[in-house]
Amino acid sequence: MFGEFEAFLSILTFVPAIGALVIAIFRFTARPEDQALIDRNSRLVAWVATMVTLALSIILVMNFDRESAGFQFVHEIEWLSEIGMGYRLGVDGISILFVLLTAGLMPICIMASGAIEKRVADYMIAFLLLETLVIGVFCALDLVVFYIFFEGGLIPMFIIIGVWGGQNRVYAAFKFFLYTLLGSVLMLVAMIYMFLEAGTTDITVLLDHEFARNAQMWMWLAFFASFAVKMPMWPVHTWLPDAHVQAPTAGSVILAGVLLKLGGYGFLRFSLPMFPEASDYFAPLVFVLSIIAIIYTSLVAFRQTDIKKLIAYSSVAHMGFVTMGLFAMNETGVQGAIFQMISHGVISGALFLCVGVIYDRMHTREIAFYGGLVHKMPVYAAIFLLFTMANVGLPGTSGFVGEIMTMVGAFQVDWWIATGAAVGVILSAMYMLTVYRNVVFGELTNPKLENISDINRMEWAIFIPLIFMTLWLGVSSTVVTDITAASVDNLITNYNAALPAPAQ
Amino acid sequence: MTADVLSQDLSLLIPELLLACGAMALLMLGVFMKGEGANRLVQWLTVGLLTAAGLAALFLVTGEGTAFSGGFIFDSLARFSKVAIGLVAAIAMLMAMPYLQAEKLGKIEYPILVALAATGMMMMVSANDLISMYMAIELQSLALYVLAAFNRDSLRASEAGLKYFVLGALSSGLLLYGSSLVYGFAGATGFDAIAIAVESGPTVGLIFGLVFVICGLAFKISAVPFHMWTPDVYEGAPTPVTAFFATAPKFAAIVLLARILIEPFGGMVEQWRDVIWILAALSMGVGAFGALTQTNIKRLMAYSSISNMGYALVAIAAASQTGVWALLVYMVLYMISVIGSFGAILSMRTREGMVEQISDLAGVAQRNPGLGWSITALMFSIGGLPFMVGFFGKFFLVYAAVESGLMILAVLAVLFSVVGAAYYLRVVKTVWFDEGEVEFVPAALSIYWVTRLAGLATVALLPVVGWVVYRAVSVGLTVL
Repeated sequence: MFGEFEAFLSILTFVPAIGALVIAIFRFTARPEDQALIDRNSRLVAWVATMVTLALSIILVMNFDRESAGFQFVHEIEWLSEIGMGYRLGVDGISILFVLLTAGLMPICIMASGAIEKRVADYMIAFLLLETLVIGVFCALDLVVFYIFFEGGLIPMFIIIGVWGGQNRVYAAFKFFLYTLLGSVLMLVAMIYMFLEAGTTDITVLLDHEFARNAQMWMWLAFFASFAVKMPMWPVHTWLPDAHVQAPTAGSVILAGVLLKLGGYGFLRFSLPMFPEASDYFAPLVFVLSIIAIIYTSLVAFRQTDIKKLIAYSSVAHMGFVTMGLFAMNETGVQGAIFQMISHGVISGALFLCVGVIYDRMHTREIAFYGGLVHKMPVYAAIFLLFTMANVGLPGTSGFVGEIMTMVGAFQVDWWIATGAAVGVILSAMYMLTVYRNVVFGELTNPKLENISDINRMEWAIFIPLIFMTLWLGVSSTVVTDITAASVDNLITNYNAALPAPAQ
Repeated sequence: MTADVLSQDLSLLIPELLLACGAMALLMLGVFMKGEGANRLVQWLTVGLLTAAGLAALFLVTGEGTAFSGGFIFDSLARFSKVAIGLVAAIAMLMAMPYLQAEKLGKIEYPILVALAATGMMMMVSANDLISMYMAIELQSLALYVLAAFNRDSLRASEAGLKYFVLGALSSGLLLYGSSLVYGFAGATGFDAIAIAVESGPTVGLIFGLVFVICGLAFKISAVPFHMWTPDVYEGAPTPVTAFFATAPKFAAIVLLARILIEPFGGMVEQWRDVIWILAALSMGVGAFGALTQTNIKRLMAYSSISNMGYALVAIAAASQTGVWALLVYMVLYMISVIGSFGAILSMRTREGMVEQISDLAGVAQRNPGLGWSITALMFSIGGLPFMVGFFGKFFLVYAAVESGLMILAVLAVLFSVVGAAYYLRVVKTVWFDEGEVEFVPAALSIYWVTRLAGLATVALLPVVGWVVYRAVSVGLTVL
């Protein structure tokens, strides 16, 4: 129905930006005494804009041709074509689910922002801009367009962390911004080199372009500098715990749920298909870093006293599974990595929302402060338990599918990689169950918790879609893999074809 | 026949003639029509004059070619530059008006000097001979020295003017000395004749002369190590004068430098590339690190301008067709962001008067959202971050550098841009994260709109960046 409508993807991408523009116009033209009214209405506008985006992206997925490995819904506009650039958007099996994930998490974030009281209109503008930029990253089919969306996302996130964040927000915002920017500028130089080599910035053309082996190495490293920071991989992950702890709840959800996926997506879109020889060469490095990330950050997570920080480290560990699966470069591994990213987006988002629930009530995230919440908040305890188990990778939840698939994929490359990852699964059970026990079970000893209330209707509405997705993906993994299969197949075939035959 | 040649020559000079004659006429008008009303009238007429000169370069000058036996050239590079200079000078003049009125500096000399400086700049970008080059530079410089010290009752402004004058005179001396060496070894002052001399093999004397010429021009664009005057002059001069300094004269000087290096001295690219390489790397670095510790926003803009001129030099170091259009795109997008930023600085007026500490901006985003968002967009744009247009300026520079194989310079450029981002972020942080009580009085209409529109333009121009690029690409310059 919408397949023939060319600009569909652009409209989807820019609907949130239009919402932001609407709020901005009212915000800037209103008299000071009307600001309270605008703050109230901006929530509504933001919610409507994100819901429209969600509806459009559901239509997008329903109209997506799963048999085809190529790009669909392609929208091109002549732009800077004198020198070989252009505005191009399109989705394939790899990117479409990330669009849906982003569009799905955003309304939840808007709903979970009830505790934000100051400068609500600015907050909503920043979130809507962020949504446009992130969806744009996944849809971009042009290097420069990709880079604009990729880096542009830093600006709203910087403001979200810095204005509505916690005590140490300024430090966290700067660290987040400069760390990721430093990684990305090197990628920019590599992109320009590719541009000059191939004479175009069209990603579809670049996917078929063969770069010289030596150049591949340098470019792979430059892209790696950017994606490894975004991912984040050990040892360049240190910005993440700071950013997570200081960000407001919705900011953490979007950071863990969507922004961390940009790195993995970048590997899938650029590093693996465009620099296959370099990817093959550097794969052992990635495996080692992944295993260190899985084991080391799990141990670090175990020692945390702040719940958000613990979940942040757990995110780093789970992203280790993603990089491991990606560079295994077989069907199971890559499918598993994509699955793990989608599933982690839902689960970690939900976990941050769980923390948000008690943080909104008590304004502390110290694990030691809590204990015995099950007596006062039984429903909350059940929901938190579900997501804890999903994060551990309990069969029946989506977390299990992603971990097992990436491990099977890695096992086909080398057994010790999978073994290392399996240790990480045990460790994740150790820290998640410990924190769950300390927060929820035991006696209610802290008198301040006497009057804590169970989750309200709004919070129910936030959690229901996440619970549904976690369980649905857990029992029916083909929902995801059917969509990604054709594109992943194509990716792996091209990858293997580009490698020189192994000398036997 | 001579009349024919003369009219042909003069037809290429319409913008300059318009400005020079207009400035004289306005001077007369101001002298004979005294009072505050006359000031306002002359100011408005100057804005119109500058705009008209810019548009005249675009529409009225139909032909291209040289005039006055090759001393003056009107080509597409000159056309592009004159339009930019005329328009940006008009905007700077427009923003100066409310300031001059509030600070009781509304004398008729101010607009006249701006018009004369603009005349000099327009001649600079058309210079095709060492002598016309020097005359053009001096015309703009003398006007600018006076403008820097325009608030003569202020100690800081007088100091700025004096400093600028002494160092400017020194740089003129270097330039003249270099020119005389070039003349001596090439046997001619015309750029075309010098090009022929250079083709037949660079001699030590020519290289020596060229280095002095580069040094003299490096003063004008405040490239490191000739940058010392910039922070003091930027801080001391009246703010609208600083806004003017940061835009049009920089543009004129960098275009002149590009022309002189690529046209007459194109054959010596191997010799001068290293010099420009070092100037570029040093400027980017010193500018970026120097700005980190500034607390005065005008000083911050000074270091920012040093750093950004370093980026512009990267494009010149590329020494290619791509480099030239990248330079033009960069400078146009940069000037939009800078003029808007100075609009924001001019909005920093409390009931007691102007304030210029960065900390005075604390919490502006909350009290004055329009200004807050504009500053945010402008700062990110000068910093070269996507999705602001400033990103494209830097993108094409790096593109040109990589194309010419200057890989290390390209990497240095992007790394210093991260350092640069740190201090632009500091301004954004002050605007957004800090709480403050400094109440600004509502800005005058012209300042208000320049700030808002420039802020908007940094985002809204993104779709039409292609048009700017297209105009710049079509600028034909005889390159190597």
